[in-house]
Amino acid sequence: MKKIGGLVLFMAVLCWIISSYAFAGSTKEITISAAISLKNAFEEIGKLYESRQGTTCVFNFGASGDLMKQIAGGAPVDVFASAAQKDMDEADKQGFIITATRTNFAANSVVLIVPSGAKTSLKNFEGLGAADIKKIALGNPKTVPAGRYAEEVFNFYQILSAIKDKFIFAENVRQVLDYVARGEVDAGVVYATDAASRSKEIEIIATAPEASHKPVVYPIAAVKGTKSEADARAFISLVLSHEGQKILQEHGFRSSK
Amino acid sequence: MESSVLFSIRLSLQVATVSTALIILTGIPVAYVLARRDFRGRELIDVLFTLPLVLPPTVIGYYLIVLFGRNGFLGRFLYDWTGWSVMFTWYAAVLASYVVALPLMIKTTRAAIESVDKNLINASYTLGHTEFKTAWKVILPLAKRGIIAGTVLSFARAMGEFGATLMLAGNLPGRTDTMPLAIYSLAGSGEWTRAHLMVVLMTLTSGGFLYIANRYAKRII
Repeated sequence: MKKIGGLVLFMAVLCWIISSYAFAGSTKEITISAAISLKNAFEEIGKLYESRQGTTCVFNFGASGDLMKQIAGGAPVDVFASAAQKDMDEADKQGFIITATRTNFAANSVVLIVPSGAKTSLKNFEGLGAADIKKIALGNPKTVPAGRYAEEVFNFYQILSAIKDKFIFAENVRQVLDYVARGEVDAGVVYATDAASRSKEIEIIATAPEASHKPVVYPIAAVKGTKSEADARAFISLVLSHEGQKILQEHGFRSSK
Repeated sequence: MESSVLFSIRLSLQVATVSTALIILTGIPVAYVLARRDFRGRELIDVLFTLPLVLPPTVIGYYLIVLFGRNGFLGRFLYDWTGWSVMFTWYAAVLASYVVALPLMIKTTRAAIESVDKNLINASYTLGHTEFKTAWKVILPLAKRGIIAGTVLSFARAMGEFGATLMLAGNLPGRTDTMPLAIYSLAGSGEWTRAHLMVVLMTLTSGGFLYIANRYAKRII
């Protein structure tokens, strides 16, 4: 009998948990899938949007490639903001986004960083060839866009072959940042926005000139099958507006124009 | 404490509890059949149920999207029929945890049932008990240790589930961000102090649960 009593109690708790959810969420809302690097800036823009539009913003933050797979699987997403053109191109090619709404909304810079307080002679990208720089962290160029940009910069300075043996490949930019912040490597290449997020633990040595790599621009678009194209467009407009751009700039992004 | 942190803790416990309940309800019968019946394709079914243990969770998540997404093989019918899709809801987190943690229950329970003394089972049959009564009164009580171990392992695995959940349930703050997802978000956006707090809380919650479960298990065995 004791066992059955326990089971009944458990079922009751289960019903209570489930019922508390069944009737939630009838207000108007839009879902925005955005690259995780945009989290802080987009949450601010989202608050602004909610106060203007009266529509709730639901965010879904992740790696751009995963977000793209979710959309392909039919996730109920209204707006897609990617950190790489590649994923947006793919979404566009397969017909998942409303092409007319696609636009670039922010840009990023590629920077060279070292652990803060490091006693190093490093002054610029060319200095990476020096003997006291033994390990350089960058994203794996095969999978991480930031790694590809880093290689382009090294090629621009014609130092790639000279420093290749010092490379430590990471699977994402945050890992590069972590290696540098913990002093596991002597230098690393990340985006300016990432560097800004841990400014106490790392030091920016140089910013790669725009001519040295393909532009790092972030695309945004409304997703086909959105519940409300008007709301999706309104969000994109707000991101592009003076106020939206100002918030992005406060978080280290540059204007894409 | 901040409400978003409390939400993640509550959601994690809730997802792990519901998925563990479903695992108990379905895992034990499956393990019983695998242990006690000999039929063609038995090991194939065992492999199928064990696969989530070896595949990377992101791959499981991708499979689940292909199956249960709005454009998925099963999700399509569900959506056409009800207009509802599991993706980006907390049910998706339950589904992901369920699939990933189920093998732990099936594996341990199957092994426990197989190691029950055959003489005792045969004695039960000889004394006229039906199969159901034999299972309920003899086999399962003797396999208790394995079942409890499987339950604890499943719950622990469900608490820590990340990859498949991220894919199927998304990472929606205040909706589907369980503790592991919240930690990922905080680390990803450079909020290290809060990320560290969350890591400590997650360790304490999960460690605390395992401790209580072990104490309880000792008492009832």
